[in-house]
Amino acid sequence: MRLNGSQILSRSLHEEGVEVIFGIPGGTIMPLYDELHKHPMRHLLVRHEQAAAHMADCYARVKRDVGVCMGTSGPGATNLVTGILNAHMDSSPIVAITVNVPSTMIGTDGFQEADISGITIPVTKQNYFVRNTRDLAKVVKDAFFIARSGRPGPVHIDIPKDVLLNEVEYHVPGPVDLPGFQPNYEGSMVQIRKAARLIEHAKRPVIIAGQGVLISQATEELIAFAEKTNIPVINTLLGLSSFPASHPLYNGWPGMHGYVHSSYSLDRSDLIVGIGNRFDDRFCGKFSAFAPKAKIVHIDIDPAEVGKNVRVDVPIVGDVKRVLTKLTPEIGECESHDEWFAQIAEWKREFPLKQYTDDTPDLYTPQIINALYKATNGEALIVADVGQHQMFAAQYYRFDEPRMFQTSGGLGTMGYSLPGAIGAQCARPDKEVWAIAGDGCFQMNLQELAVLTQERIPVKIAVVNNGYLGMVRQWQQLFWAGNYQHVDLSGTPDYVKLADAYGIPGWRVSAPGDVKAAIDAARAHPGPALIEFRVFREENVFPMVPSGAALSEVIPDTPYVPAAVPTPVPVAAASSAAPTPITAQGGTR
Amino acid sequence: MKHTLVATMADGPAVLNRVVSLFRQRGFAIDSLTIGKTHEPHVMRLTMVVDGSKTAVEQVVKQLYKVIEVRKVSDLTDDQTVERELALIKVTSKTSALRAEILQMVDVYRARVVDIAMGSLTVEVTGPADKIDSMVSMLRPYGIKEMVRTGLVAMARGVTAGQEKGREALRLREVS
Repeated sequence: MRLNGSQILSRSLHEEGVEVIFGIPGGTIMPLYDELHKHPMRHLLVRHEQAAAHMADCYARVKRDVGVCMGTSGPGATNLVTGILNAHMDSSPIVAITVNVPSTMIGTDGFQEADISGITIPVTKQNYFVRNTRDLAKVVKDAFFIARSGRPGPVHIDIPKDVLLNEVEYHVPGPVDLPGFQPNYEGSMVQIRKAARLIEHAKRPVIIAGQGVLISQATEELIAFAEKTNIPVINTLLGLSSFPASHPLYNGWPGMHGYVHSSYSLDRSDLIVGIGNRFDDRFCGKFSAFAPKAKIVHIDIDPAEVGKNVRVDVPIVGDVKRVLTKLTPEIGECESHDEWFAQIAEWKREFPLKQYTDDTPDLYTPQIINALYKATNGEALIVADVGQHQMFAAQYYRFDEPRMFQTSGGLGTMGYSLPGAIGAQCARPDKEVWAIAGDGCFQMNLQELAVLTQERIPVKIAVVNNGYLGMVRQWQQLFWAGNYQHVDLSGTPDYVKLADAYGIPGWRVSAPGDVKAAIDAARAHPGPALIEFRVFREENVFPMVPSGAALSEVIPDTPYVPAAVPTPVPVAAASSAAPTPITAQGGTR
Repeated sequence: MKHTLVATMADGPAVLNRVVSLFRQRGFAIDSLTIGKTHEPHVMRLTMVVDGSKTAVEQVVKQLYKVIEVRKVSDLTDDQTVERELALIKVTSKTSALRAEILQMVDVYRARVVDIAMGSLTVEVTGPADKIDSMVSMLRPYGIKEMVRTGLVAMARGVTAGQEKGREALRLREVS
């Protein structure tokens, strides 16, 4: 059967089980778009390629399958890069496809040419530049295999335009044969037994459940392991929802803005069992002072993560699910952990999360998250952006179902939540999906509101608006003597009107008493909806482990310190009927 | 300390780029790097000399394994190896007396003269890196006009060949 490159590519994507593609056409990718619609795959037209990569990334995380995004040559391709790196840092399996200028133009600085396969080398698990149409089917097959196997990650395929146009005799590719890519799934029994002995004798043990538990779909095995050994479970940020927050053994999450009792438990523990995590610096604090009294067991499928940041006493390289299945039955009677639990309970009592009553004059983000948690019965799929609101969302929402919390963890990409939520909603049409974004983040990818309208995607958006780049402002306040430099976002649009411009209903809330009504209204609306929450401008996130400090140095809370510079006038009231022209300073609207 | 790493990998236009990019990205310093064909078709062999602590080099090895095309990585540092480097050195030799001196030195180092011209001669020397270092320092007073070194290639000696470190070592450490 003779097929051209576009036909082979479309067919291969379909055969890999692709249901949704996120992309935007351009000059060189047109042959593919001419063919793609003939195959039963949904295509979402994004407004910027970065969003396409984020959508594919979040889709992949929620669906536990490969996400696909595509863009044209040159700027279309380079726009994908942030999203690809985001997926790389967070072990998300995506296949990014770009079409380059024709082979004869490659290397001539042709119009919209970019050496994109050179650019994506350090941000992908693997990348391909396909020189010959004959190789296309095999490359796609290998790409999907690599993306989803072992530690998942992004794979990029760049194809010159003529390779899509050329016709060749099509052959179904044979089985994947990659001698250099043989992930070890099983884990060594010798090591597993060593770990079991350590666990039996530990007096103050802690389990760290990372995203590997979600990737490996090992929540059940994790619960069985924790219950048998009676060990408290701490999550990483990306590991949230891998262990039910309502479980009595759940022990929160530690680190830069994590719970105090979680940070203290790690610091005082005598044994840490890291499961599918990577001991990241935001999680560990100062590496040299991390858990000074603890022996560390580390279960992860990526050998390069073992011993990279912290010393590991018992490394177990393997798939989390398989290793846990073997480990749990190996464990005999454990020491009593009663004293340890009593200690943790005391920390919990002493350092609870700050709670606000409903009658505060200003609105605070925890009030929003608590109300959202109550309204959604804790069952919504939350996609948080990056910054203060992200930390509040992770602190105050509690997740019981796997993969219900998504965020940009490793790369910390502002602008992730809206496209992420769109991807998440495509993966789980049955779920209520909320994007929680700061006003700084929201403005980084708000063009994707058009996708919500065009594709009738019922994502709900909470814009937490403090008129600042809040996290940067917090640091400037605490560590740079209140010298606020370029964090004031006055001049931002009226978000309710903005939503309206896209045909999306919006509400504005600035009093704690109105939060519930707005959330209820947004939920009652069948399509996408937006709520702008005007929060107290200089709200700070605590607890906080300052950068470079140890977990033991966590600051539970600090009294409000007024800024050294006066706060600008807040943006116009909701009721302002006639639009005022925006001044050069952006102070009025 | 200096480590000699040998990696075999499937050939392809991007593999070398990938490996070098990895070193740059992770901040590992490369002293020398050579790449060439092996007895197996489509398999290339890379010899690298890197400077770093044992744990840093272990990280290099693990990161190299993450490159899909890389099949095997061995740290030959503690093994019995044959190590060779080749250098071409063009030395000034204005007078016949000087030329005679250089030729004598060439003899001692078991090097060869591969080109001779008015005022200069070119020496080819092969051996472990320190032998070449030594010859270079002896020739320097005469005036080196031009020099090129290939970088080190290495191979484990017969009996111990196949003692792969890296991924194997990780497994072994887990087992022991």
